[in-house]
Amino acid sequence: MLEADNLECVRGERRLFAGLTFRLEAGELLHLQGRNGSGKTSLLRMLIGLLPPESGEIRWQGEAIRTLADDFRGELCYLGHLNAIKEELTPLENLLAAARLAGEELSEDDALDALEQVGLAGREDLACKYLSQGQKRRVALARLVREKRPLWILDEPFVALDAAAVDWLAGLISAHLQRGGLAVMTTHQPVNIPAGTVRELRLG
Amino acid sequence: MLGIIMAVIGRDLKLAMRRQADIVSALFFFIIVVSLFPLGIGPEPGLLRKLAPGVLWVAALLATMLSLPRLFGDDHRDGTLEQLALAPHPLGLVVTGKVIAHWLVSGLPLALIAPVLGVQFDLSADALVVLTAAILIGTPALSGIGAIGAALTLGLRGGGVLLSLLVLPLYIPVLIFGAGAVDATVTGLGGEGHLSLLAALTLASVGFAPWASAAALKIALE
Repeated sequence: MLEADNLECVRGERRLFAGLTFRLEAGELLHLQGRNGSGKTSLLRMLIGLLPPESGEIRWQGEAIRTLADDFRGELCYLGHLNAIKEELTPLENLLAAARLAGEELSEDDALDALEQVGLAGREDLACKYLSQGQKRRVALARLVREKRPLWILDEPFVALDAAAVDWLAGLISAHLQRGGLAVMTTHQPVNIPAGTVRELRLG
Repeated sequence: MLGIIMAVIGRDLKLAMRRQADIVSALFFFIIVVSLFPLGIGPEPGLLRKLAPGVLWVAALLATMLSLPRLFGDDHRDGTLEQLALAPHPLGLVVTGKVIAHWLVSGLPLALIAPVLGVQFDLSADALVVLTAAILIGTPALSGIGAIGAALTLGLRGGGVLLSLLVLPLYIPVLIFGAGAVDATVTGLGGEGHLSLLAALTLASVGFAPWASAAALKIALE
């Protein structure tokens, strides 16, 4: 269960939002909406603990994420608008390195299977600098295939994807919600998430 | 704990091997700067012997500086740094791994090539051994202290110049004891005392600097 209590966000001299309160239970998806610059990404960065809120508190399973620190980060999977992949490494190496650095076990077979699911079969051993934007995004998304951590925070996950990949990702998020996971995401596209409860929050 | 440090070192070394131009250019910078001095000063063995420790150490400081902006810069630009900060272990351990990897690709090659360059300055065999030992022991401190500067200037425009202004003054103790060790050997006093102090500097900075850098990185990521 993720709770936000009376959050306030100030960037530079501007107050983006204040008094923001919500509560997200297992199996629920929070869809953040709002025009550009309304503070969606800032809110996501608060939820993952990288940006301390001006005032207010965020709680995970009833405890403040500030005090949980490492324990909270072990329950969290964040996909930012940057892909966090290394251009010099191949998709396979990227996936294995990301898992190791996150302190997770990922076998090479599982990684290959994940890359096949995102449609990168046959390109596992090609350095990522030779891939297109959409393919790089797919490498980043491949991390989610084996992801068992309960809280997913996704910043514009559908950007640069083609229609088939959008459907595939929506299915992946549904499966995560059905397992009892939670997700918070921003997107400007209308996306149909077949399962789980979708709640909407409009900023600004 | 050791697992995460090894994972970071492994990844950074693999990246460095795919981008060998970076390692080679810093090494060639070191070789060329050091080689310019005997050419400019002329064949006076006494003077060259006296200048050698200082010249080699100053060149080593500058060569280390060259690679510092990329220590966190690349990871910051492609979003990997965020993921590292979100991993469920202290960021200080991740930075420790990055400092060790930085030393392996920037400090270690300097120490290996230094005895060859020392010959140009007519250094005795004893002095060459101490010079290599001093660079080997002292360069990890350069990577450690440099990491603090690299973290503080992350994402700033013109960060490279600011980085030099921040970090070079902090390198002065390493320079004094590093060059002093070779000087003391040449004059027959023995360089062991200097080397011990250099080792102490290295241990202190490699132990402490990653945590200071991690604090600076968290501010840069806000």
